[in-house]
Amino acid sequence: MLGTARLTSLRDFRQAGISRRLAVGGAVLTVLALAAALVSLSLGPVDIPVAHVASIVLSAVRIELADVGRTEQLVIEQIRLPRILVGAVVGMGLAVAGATMQGLFRNPMADPGIIGVSAGGALGAVIAIATGATGLFFLALPTFAFVGALAATFLVYGIAAVGGHFSMATLLLAGIAVNAFLGAIVSTIIIVLPDNEALREILFWLAGGLDSRAWEHVQISAPLILAATAVILLAARDLNLLMLGDDEARAMGVRVGLTRAVLLAASALATGAAVAVSGTIAFVGLVTPHILRLVLGPDHRVLIPLSAIAGAVFVIVADTVARTVVQPAEFRVGVLTAFVGAPFFVLLLIRNKRRAQAL
Amino acid sequence: MTRVAPSTALRADDLSFRVEAKSLLERVNLHADRGQMVGLIGPNGAGKSTFLRAMAGVLRVHEGVVWLEGEDLAALPAKEVAARLALVPQLAPYTHGFTVRELVLMGRYPHLGRFEIEGSADDRIARDAMRLTETEEFEARTLDTLSGGERQRVFVSRALAQQPRVLLLDEPTANLDVLHKLRVLDLVRRLVDEGLTAVAAIHDLGMAARYCDRLILLSAGRVLAEGAPEEVLVPEIIESAFGVESAVYRDPATGSLAVSVIGPSAGNGVPPPAARVNGWSDHEDREADVVAPGAKAVRP
Ligand SMILES: Nc1ncnc2c1ncn2[C@@H]1O[C@H](COP(=O)(O)OP(=O)(O)O)[C@@H](O)[C@H]1O
Ligand SMILES: [Mg+2]
Repeated sequence: MLGTARLTSLRDFRQAGISRRLAVGGAVLTVLALAAALVSLSLGPVDIPVAHVASIVLSAVRIELADVGRTEQLVIEQIRLPRILVGAVVGMGLAVAGATMQGLFRNPMADPGIIGVSAGGALGAVIAIATGATGLFFLALPTFAFVGALAATFLVYGIAAVGGHFSMATLLLAGIAVNAFLGAIVSTIIIVLPDNEALREILFWLAGGLDSRAWEHVQISAPLILAATAVILLAARDLNLLMLGDDEARAMGVRVGLTRAVLLAASALATGAAVAVSGTIAFVGLVTPHILRLVLGPDHRVLIPLSAIAGAVFVIVADTVARTVVQPAEFRVGVLTAFVGAPFFVLLLIRNKRRAQAL
Repeated sequence: MTRVAPSTALRADDLSFRVEAKSLLERVNLHADRGQMVGLIGPNGAGKSTFLRAMAGVLRVHEGVVWLEGEDLAALPAKEVAARLALVPQLAPYTHGFTVRELVLMGRYPHLGRFEIEGSADDRIARDAMRLTETEEFEARTLDTLSGGERQRVFVSRALAQQPRVLLLDEPTANLDVLHKLRVLDLVRRLVDEGLTAVAAIHDLGMAARYCDRLILLSAGRVLAEGAPEEVLVPEIIESAFGVESAVYRDPATGSLAVSVIGPSAGNGVPPPAARVNGWSDHEDREADVVAPGAKAVRP
């Protein structure tokens, strides 16, 4: 069947059934993800040949290919692999949450941080650093950030649900207000902070990065992000109907209030977990689903799983570039995604506008 | 508890709905037997859409009960309601780049479990639904490239793909040309003759009389008249609801009732020139509302 079907252009691909779009898109993106991970594992202050990388990774499942040095093994296993995995799950979480928010807000410009998650996470992290709480226990920083992210989301959701009548418009406005307010608190802390070292640490965190991420960071973020993605995936068809409006969805049999609350909670969880281990990495949640939507259409049953893989690719590639181009110094991955993501996004907008005018 | 006869597909008992102090529905009743088509008529703002939305369970009324095939609609799970009853909205929603085929397939939602995806049977049902409304040729296109009338037919297709036993239509022909108006209403009538139950808000009084078994005339949220088309379409009743003077006669060409609007009734005349914005167009709009609604804007 695959052989007989012609794939002449992206336009035809858009018209293919969901299983086909999922299979082909999934295969292409998975290959990209693996290739990006392999290249990323081999690059760094110590260059490790891709063959050695493959051998080290495969040795985990007891397949020995080549003899590799102990250092190479340590660099891969303890430094690069956890970092890449954190990058992958963070990209996954941000892209999935972005796609979900865009569906819920019926607006392709919605960002996963729109309901205050990122600002809350930032405040949590800043408090942890400013008060010296980071020294209390190993994962104090991500814990504070995660709690901050969820607290901000609850606050924003609570405002939008005041009086028992939930409103997406209020949610958006409350998100803007809470974002601004929390941002002001962060600025105040930065200004009054006497400690220069802490200040540096805060700015570093705010710029978003994956440096010195360890297996523990994978362990705390991956389960949350994978679980949130699974939940969103199960509600993907409901999200399609929600995009057409509350009344439409209700008339088609969707339990609107419940579905929306579950989707919001899952996206907040995914974003919160991502922010907790990586700070604020800009544009991944906005650009990834947007590009995929152009190629695959708006069906969330395709968009959500493929955004997950594409988001992972995006962050792995960005992080690899960030830590290799200006060696031995490091570029922040959050800064790089904004540098690359923003112009690319503008380019897409212009191209799309041209095409719309040509029609 | 009221027992509802099994032949009653849809029944509304004394529905009331208010927004703030304004009463949009005031003890409105309806009953539709299986295989019946009931027309809702009435001036703009009479409450036709509100009534249909209440009967679809989209809007929760403050008082009254809707019985769907003998069961309290408010007590049924939303998905169960949607598997039995479909609503074609008055305004097509904005559809965010979904293609016609994808939208029509969404009609299968109430029939699919959470872990199911549409199979070939669903594809066939959607295709049949598109064929019936002649929207097949647009199946790969997104809705923003279609005309208002074409969009309206797509939403009729989606409701058909839902395979409902009760179909609610909110001005399904408002944007359609004469031919498609006939085709859509012929289609609904044929399905009704095969056992479907339909309630349709129809602006065109002649069309309503021609296709419906019974008419319900709403005005300011109340039922003003109810019965066979001959009983409802009476010049005095039309005048009290719409404020126009009319002549009702049997059209020799179609054999069904026709309503000719002569003009605004006395006391409801053309406003003085100072109050008229576009000269005679005000008068024409009013007339168009009663006899044949002009093309209404549908949200992009
Ligand atoms: N949310 C609302 N708040 C206030 N008035 C409303 C609201 N929704 C509908 N209405 C009013 O209720 C009346 C009935 O509306 P509708 O059912 O759409 O009428 P119809 O479909 O018969 O033209 C109109 O006067 C309309 O302005
Ligand atoms: Mg209406």
